[in-house]
Amino acid sequence: MSYLVEIWLAAGLVALAAGAAGYIVVLRRAGFAAHALPMAAFPGAAAASLFGFPLWAGLAGFALGGAGLLALVQRSVRRDAATALLLALLLAVGALCLSLSGHYAGSVYGLLFGQVFALGAEDLPVLGVIGFCVPVLLFLALRPLSLSALSPELMRVQGGRPFAMEVFFLAVLALAAGFAVPVTGALLVFSLMLGPGAAAARLCSGPLAGLILAMGLALGLAWAGLGLAFLTDWPVGFFTGVGAALIYLLARVKTG
Amino acid sequence: MLEFLQSGPVQSALLLSAAAALLCGALGLFTVLRGQAFAGHALADVSSAGGAGSLLFGISPLLGFLLFGVAGVAGLEILQPRRAAGRDEAAGILLGAGLGGTALLLHFCVTTRGAAGAAQAVMFGAMFSTPPGTALWSCLLAGGCLAVLALIARPLLLASLDEELARVAGVKLRVLGLVFLLLLALGVTLAAMTVGAILATALLIGPAAAGLRLARGPLAAALLSMALGLAACWGGIALAYESYGWMPGRTWPVSFFIVALVLVFYAAAGLRRWA
Repeated sequence: MSYLVEIWLAAGLVALAAGAAGYIVVLRRAGFAAHALPMAAFPGAAAASLFGFPLWAGLAGFALGGAGLLALVQRSVRRDAATALLLALLLAVGALCLSLSGHYAGSVYGLLFGQVFALGAEDLPVLGVIGFCVPVLLFLALRPLSLSALSPELMRVQGGRPFAMEVFFLAVLALAAGFAVPVTGALLVFSLMLGPGAAAARLCSGPLAGLILAMGLALGLAWAGLGLAFLTDWPVGFFTGVGAALIYLLARVKTG
Repeated sequence: MLEFLQSGPVQSALLLSAAAALLCGALGLFTVLRGQAFAGHALADVSSAGGAGSLLFGISPLLGFLLFGVAGVAGLEILQPRRAAGRDEAAGILLGAGLGGTALLLHFCVTTRGAAGAAQAVMFGAMFSTPPGTALWSCLLAGGCLAVLALIARPLLLASLDEELARVAGVKLRVLGLVFLLLLALGVTLAAMTVGAILATALLIGPAAAGLRLARGPLAAALLSMALGLAACWGGIALAYESYGWMPGRTWPVSFFIVALVLVFYAAAGLRRWA
């Protein structure tokens, strides 16, 4: 398999997971949480390079740890302030790990804005599992996920547990975001999720159609960004960030 | 100790961080009360494009961060819907577009100027390498902003706590909100130059959240928040200066110390309230 096809596949798999997660993020109005959570991948990858354990282990460990912390933080009185502080903590720890590992300057850009061309064939199986499992899990849990976000009281009356759904959602989100970081970077995973998700939520009335449209838009965004980056030699992150804004604006213009 | 205070870069770092901490401490109080932490964070992220641009074109970082911070306010005004529901969404989209621009400008910094440390400087701060003079301008800017904030503090506090009541009392909510956002853009600009664009939120939110946990009145909370921010910044600079000898050849970033101190204050304020 040629090198470019591998990158193409990796970006596509990541986009499927990110698009599905992004739609639920918009549905649950969890934009800030979704921005903070991918930041956990930054110290994760930095710690992996400092202590010498595999990148995937660092990403997954910190993603799940970050989801746990975020779930706790979300219960506090001023949740947006607490989320902001958790975000700063994750980034500062990542900066420290990179600085101590001695290749600070070079790694910062890649981790924050993506280094898709550093991926290889050995990464594809993990990305394949993520790209398949995240949309399926979110689809299966679509009803309780929307209910616990729209009306936690109603869910409690029905015998469900909204907090458990919150933890589950954040864990899935953390995995989807964490593994997208090598492709888009910690800062721009969020664009890949939110742009398609917000556009799909505006354009579709049914949740299933919305989920599928969000995945399709994310796939288009990722592949278009990759192709343009390859043609122009500009960073993928630029096309992802600006493209996500364009998708969102078009959807807003169309729905009025 | 004397040696520490006589170093030129340390002096301008102390001045710059004091301006950022005092202004952000006061602004942060309103930001937390109004639930605009995400908007503040988005403005800081968008301003990072200006920081990258200033490195690329060789203009003053203060000017670069400032231009894009103000452009971010314009973007928020245009994109954000009146109702609260879609606000995070709009702020998030704006933030992503801004960071995309940062990615491109930083890429040009590395390819055309060979500035490999550009990303680190813009995103995590380059306090010790601010051009001389910038610190003084920052102090003047912070002073001016604090004066404006003091003028609008009373109606702004009312509008932040009870919008309906403020409307009945004849407060022009939209104008007031816009003025506050502009001040916020200036505040996060200074914070972005101090601790870096993506850590600016810590300086804005942390001391204010701690101050709100401890103090009783709004004025006491604002003063405490400003003091805590200043203590975190100056303590962080002192620690970073000390840390040169800890692990030879490996540096501890000053922004890490400042953010860590801010979080310690926040956590300690939480414990104090529980006890």
